[in-house]
Amino acid sequence: MSRVIYLDNNATTGVAPEIFHEIEPYFCNLYGNPSSMHRFGGEVGVKIKNAREQVAQTLGCLSEEIIFTACGTESDNTAIWSALETQPEKRHIITTKAEHPAVLLLCNYLEKKKGYRVTYLPVNSYGELDLNQLKTNIQKDTAIISVMWANNETGVIFPVEEIAEIAKEENILFHTDAVQIVGKIPINLKNTSIDMLSLSGHKLHAPKGVGALFIRKSVPFNPFIIGGHQEAGRRAGTENTAGIIALGLACELANQKIREENLMVRTLRDKLENGILASIPNSRLNGSKDKRLPNTSNISFGYVEGEAILLMLDELGICASSGSACTSGSLEPSHVLRAMGVPFTYAHGSIRFSLSRYNTEKEIDFVLEHLPPIIAKLREISPFSYEDKPDIIQCH
Amino acid sequence: MWDYTDKVKEYFLHPKNVGKIEDANAVGEVGSLACGDALKLFLKIDNQGRIQDAKFQTFGCASAIASSSALTELIKGKTVEEARKVTNRDIAKFLGGLPKEKMHCSVMGQEALEAAIKNYLGEEAAKIELDGELVCECFGITDKKIRKAVIENNLKTVEEVTNYTKAGGGCEKCIPKIEEILAEVSNEYQPIPVIKTEPAPEKMSNIQRMQAVVKVIEDDIRPGLQMNGGDIELIDMEGTRVIVSLRGSCQECPDSQLTLKDFVQSGLREKVDPAIEVEEAE
Repeated sequence: MSRVIYLDNNATTGVAPEIFHEIEPYFCNLYGNPSSMHRFGGEVGVKIKNAREQVAQTLGCLSEEIIFTACGTESDNTAIWSALETQPEKRHIITTKAEHPAVLLLCNYLEKKKGYRVTYLPVNSYGELDLNQLKTNIQKDTAIISVMWANNETGVIFPVEEIAEIAKEENILFHTDAVQIVGKIPINLKNTSIDMLSLSGHKLHAPKGVGALFIRKSVPFNPFIIGGHQEAGRRAGTENTAGIIALGLACELANQKIREENLMVRTLRDKLENGILASIPNSRLNGSKDKRLPNTSNISFGYVEGEAILLMLDELGICASSGSACTSGSLEPSHVLRAMGVPFTYAHGSIRFSLSRYNTEKEIDFVLEHLPPIIAKLREISPFSYEDKPDIIQCH
Repeated sequence: MWDYTDKVKEYFLHPKNVGKIEDANAVGEVGSLACGDALKLFLKIDNQGRIQDAKFQTFGCASAIASSSALTELIKGKTVEEARKVTNRDIAKFLGGLPKEKMHCSVMGQEALEAAIKNYLGEEAAKIELDGELVCECFGITDKKIRKAVIENNLKTVEEVTNYTKAGGGCEKCIPKIEEILAEVSNEYQPIPVIKTEPAPEKMSNIQRMQAVVKVIEDDIRPGLQMNGGDIELIDMEGTRVIVSLRGSCQECPDSQLTLKDFVQSGLREKVDPAIEVEEAE
């Protein structure tokens, strides 16, 4: 492709050039195994120790509380399985309807195949949780509460620090999927009661194939992947050395610039969002406007279908994503938007724009110029229009 | 990303025949906003029953828009009788194929066409989806619609049924019911048993060949077709060319060409002469 305007950073991000430069030697030259006895491997081991410290510093925790994994999904699975395995008498899980499939489908599996009881907390039309509802759903044998920190589709932020306090009072382990928030908003775990936290490298300009799990020192742990002694026996398998070093650097980079980048990204996002909502009739923002990641904007266009919008954007080199049914092959529009009660007129036509520090104002202007005619063209093809106000048949 | 053919992309980015026909005398409407795709087909049919013009409006993904546009291109200039024979597979073929998860887009085209023709003929405009017993509550799909898709497209699994009709793609509660329908159809449409006869002699005269063909059709092929409500008649033979006419349910069967080649021809080739070519009488 010639020119790409990448507004899909919640799906994945580009590796920061300075990070790529740093890790390049670890493929062909410094390829030693950190577990080896020779210095050639041992030197890489030092780098991994360093990366662990960088991640810990970004999160405000101890370096021994960090376990490197292969991805966010592995971290989520490890955390939840560990909580269940270490408390076999407890058979209940609390999570939310808006979770990423890494948590949601694991909970479905535990419910169907392993006999656990799962409470899926609803969200309101802004994508927010009701903490009283959380409290009333706590049971004597609740083993774990797992609530994402920021939603990948809408960017809506859940009050996980508050939830962690509730869990602590009730003596329940608390895990958060923080994949979307790390690197975007400052975190300090020291001041919280969060027991476990998952993150993923490729969402913050490290490469794909590396993630991390924070597990508080006082929390009992059961490994998910069994084998060698790597990660102090908590996660077997030869380390993804280049990926781990990159993740450490990515955390450090994000930490240094988090506030100024937030401001820059938020300004661009707001320009895009306000411009779209002002110029395109029957468009609406999905999710809370304020309690939200600075880079994400999820907008629905009534009476048109998301996949069609995406492919027309793609023709112009603009990358975004959609919660439309047709993009996933699942036939159902996004579970997050449905949990928020977004009407079908809008749920099928949702587009998520997610920015990064590499986006420019020129790019935003280009999108603002070209998106309105795309929506107008698709509305011309569509048999529905907001003037007809067709009766909405509830499919469900 | 979906693996769309260039033709799908072309018909999505530059769809032909978009819009309304103000003086249309046939309109077919299927799908809904809730279900994620909908198609409204407008036809202008002349006094001779020929489709002069066809236009569409579609709400849906790229393949839904491309399928709708392909449908209008396929039926323009055809008589109503000819257009009736257009199936979802023709639409998919026209587009160089569709991803399997998107086959329901082509089915939507066929349904809109059926609805428009019904509308033209003044038949009850009852929505096809409402016909029969509701199976999939999520997408409002009836047993009749599922059966039709299973038979016409020779579907074998629940996943295929979902790809073609959407049924079972929501809460999944109806999956056992879909499995039942699949089992019923497969019982009704049992593969026709292969009947062993004595091998044909090495070299045959025309008369011998004709007699052997008559015998195999009478003894083996007709009973098989009759089991499924169809029939066959031998019209003529010229050398190894066998001309037949399909009757009964075979006439309406969209798979009749398949029956002709895969069943009749292969049966005759196996038992009479490998050089035989079966053709349908005009």
